[in-house]
Amino acid sequence: MAIFVMQRRLHASDGKSVREKGRFIINAEGLVKHYGSIKAVDGISIKIRKGEVYSLLGPNGAGKTTTVEMLEGLRKPDHGRINVLGLDPFADADVLHRREGIIPQGFNFIEKITAKEAIGYYATLFGVKNRAKELLELTNLTDVADVNFMDLSGGQKQKVGLCLALSNDPEILFLDEPTVGLDPQARRNIQDVIRRLKSEKRTIILTTHYLEEAEELADRVAIINHGKIMAEGTPQEIIREYGDGMKLSVSAAPVLAKAFDGRKGMSARYDSGRVIVALESDAKISKAIRIIENSGQEWSNLKLNNETLEDVFLSLVGKKEKE
Amino acid sequence: MKLKNIRADFVVYARNFLRTRSSIFFALLFPVIFLLVFGAIFSGNQSKIPVYVQNLDNGSPLASSFMTAVNSSGVLSVVNVPQNVNIKDYISQNSISTALVIPQAFSEDIASHQKVNISFYYNPAQSTSQEAEQAIAFVVQDFNFRLDNATPLVLTSTNTVSSSGTQYIDYLVPGLIGLSILTSGVFSLTYLVNNYRKEKIFRQLSLTPLTRGEWLVSKFVWNLIIALISVFLMITVGDLVFGANVSFNLLILPIIFFGVFGFVSLGIIAGAISKSEETASVIGNIITFPMMFLSGTFFPVALMPVYLQEFARFLPLYYVIDGMNSVTLFSNMGSYVVDLAVTAAISIAFFMIALKVFSWRER
Repeated sequence: MAIFVMQRRLHASDGKSVREKGRFIINAEGLVKHYGSIKAVDGISIKIRKGEVYSLLGPNGAGKTTTVEMLEGLRKPDHGRINVLGLDPFADADVLHRREGIIPQGFNFIEKITAKEAIGYYATLFGVKNRAKELLELTNLTDVADVNFMDLSGGQKQKVGLCLALSNDPEILFLDEPTVGLDPQARRNIQDVIRRLKSEKRTIILTTHYLEEAEELADRVAIINHGKIMAEGTPQEIIREYGDGMKLSVSAAPVLAKAFDGRKGMSARYDSGRVIVALESDAKISKAIRIIENSGQEWSNLKLNNETLEDVFLSLVGKKEKE
Repeated sequence: MKLKNIRADFVVYARNFLRTRSSIFFALLFPVIFLLVFGAIFSGNQSKIPVYVQNLDNGSPLASSFMTAVNSSGVLSVVNVPQNVNIKDYISQNSISTALVIPQAFSEDIASHQKVNISFYYNPAQSTSQEAEQAIAFVVQDFNFRLDNATPLVLTSTNTVSSSGTQYIDYLVPGLIGLSILTSGVFSLTYLVNNYRKEKIFRQLSLTPLTRGEWLVSKFVWNLIIALISVFLMITVGDLVFGANVSFNLLILPIIFFGVFGFVSLGIIAGAISKSEETASVIGNIITFPMMFLSGTFFPVALMPVYLQEFARFLPLYYVIDGMNSVTLFSNMGSYVVDLAVTAAISIAFFMIALKVFSWRER
């Protein structure tokens, strides 16, 4: 809340920013999209605030890309309404694309054009200053600025996409799987750039199937499967709501589990040689260890697992899969 | 339409093109190679028809002066056949299509004023041997006149119908110019539209303020420049290598302009309606193949059967080539104006259709 107030004061001279601040600048309701008989998106509603990093998570074919492409104005929804910065993304695509930066899934560019030339080309088309030098530095591409697109590595190509998406200094960025298939270093590199863009208070919509990426970068996450939103919120909210919280486990006899009977905020079960204790919060860790020590049972090999978004994701997506 | 957008897209496209060796080869060198090959096949130097002559009256001055007359007809060149062979076997063994046998009693019979027969063998399937037959008949007639010491009274004097002497090569150069405008326009754009769609370049461009119209114009301008360079190369090579008389007549420029415009649009239509690269190349071939052979590219349309001539009038390339021929071969302004008007109308129609069917958003 404190940050929110400060922002307001900073932007006090800019009336438009004040009005949009904290408000939802992307508002989609009841989106449905079919491809033939396949329902790719089945009633998705999304609201995204200005300056927020919003991540769409889901397995392949879940409907992430179709959802994002409707928000971008690349596809027209069969049903539902979308409002981006007060405009209809499909009908007003030409206006919105001047205020948005987009890396579509599987970004590709003209084979024998260099990164520097591509940025210059976009700058001319958008009628903005050519920021090639700055953007190439930001994305660590300065050394390969004059290499043809086709001769770049996967990570470098993706970064060219990032440069092009940024060339018109956009308010909203759509990054559809920007790090897919890249080696860890290239991925980290792009994540650093995204973090930097986040600090510049740009609104970012990020689809990914790397969970730790979403957990690390996103303010809010939506887990999508079979064209529907399964869970939405901050990563912590989702873990709290759908996960089992903190887990502590030891190798011990089944009887140890009985020591936790009736304890508040703790429950234990025995599973293949180990006693697993689910803890309501971190505060219960030391208490649980004391109970184990005081039980008089033989025990060894203590492990502490904090449930991650990945665990929740797998249980949510897996649960749906079984139905 | 913004000029700066067209220019920016043009520069990007031209750079990509110039960095691709195969596209330069197909656009510029391929037509010149075509010209060199076809020019060499049909050029005037080797147009004399070989006639195999077996002179059984060897050593007689009359027989050898007859052979000299055959050789100097301008159409035929004499090849000697040994006296001791059977001419029929010799013809079949050597795949000869035209042969003559001068009988043993040739000079004797002439001296005694008896009729003498020269046997002529020819292959009716071979157009050259029919030409040879006519030439030999002419040589024989002339020989008879000279034996009688008669003076022919009716003579002909020859004049060509075009401003300068017309050879086959003069016909071939405009034909191949038309062909290269057709193929480079249709094939390169069919491929480009398909490739850009498959590689998602159109999706990328749709995210920028560049419009389809601007994109089309930039492709058209680049293809026009390539076509003009190609025309320049072909006319120069035709002149230097084969002595063709096709001049840089400025009147062919409007024809080339609309020809490129039309065929680039046609290529875009073909690329837009085909769903895969395979169907794109099939559609490209279906469009170009009939035009390639039936529009007067390699030989005049007038040589074809009447129904094919009628068919040719439905082919856009026919008007492009006929328009150029009207200027370079016949100086027929009336025909030129009609050809230009038809070419322009077809091109504009193709452009409108292209704008209609060509979209770079996915459905």
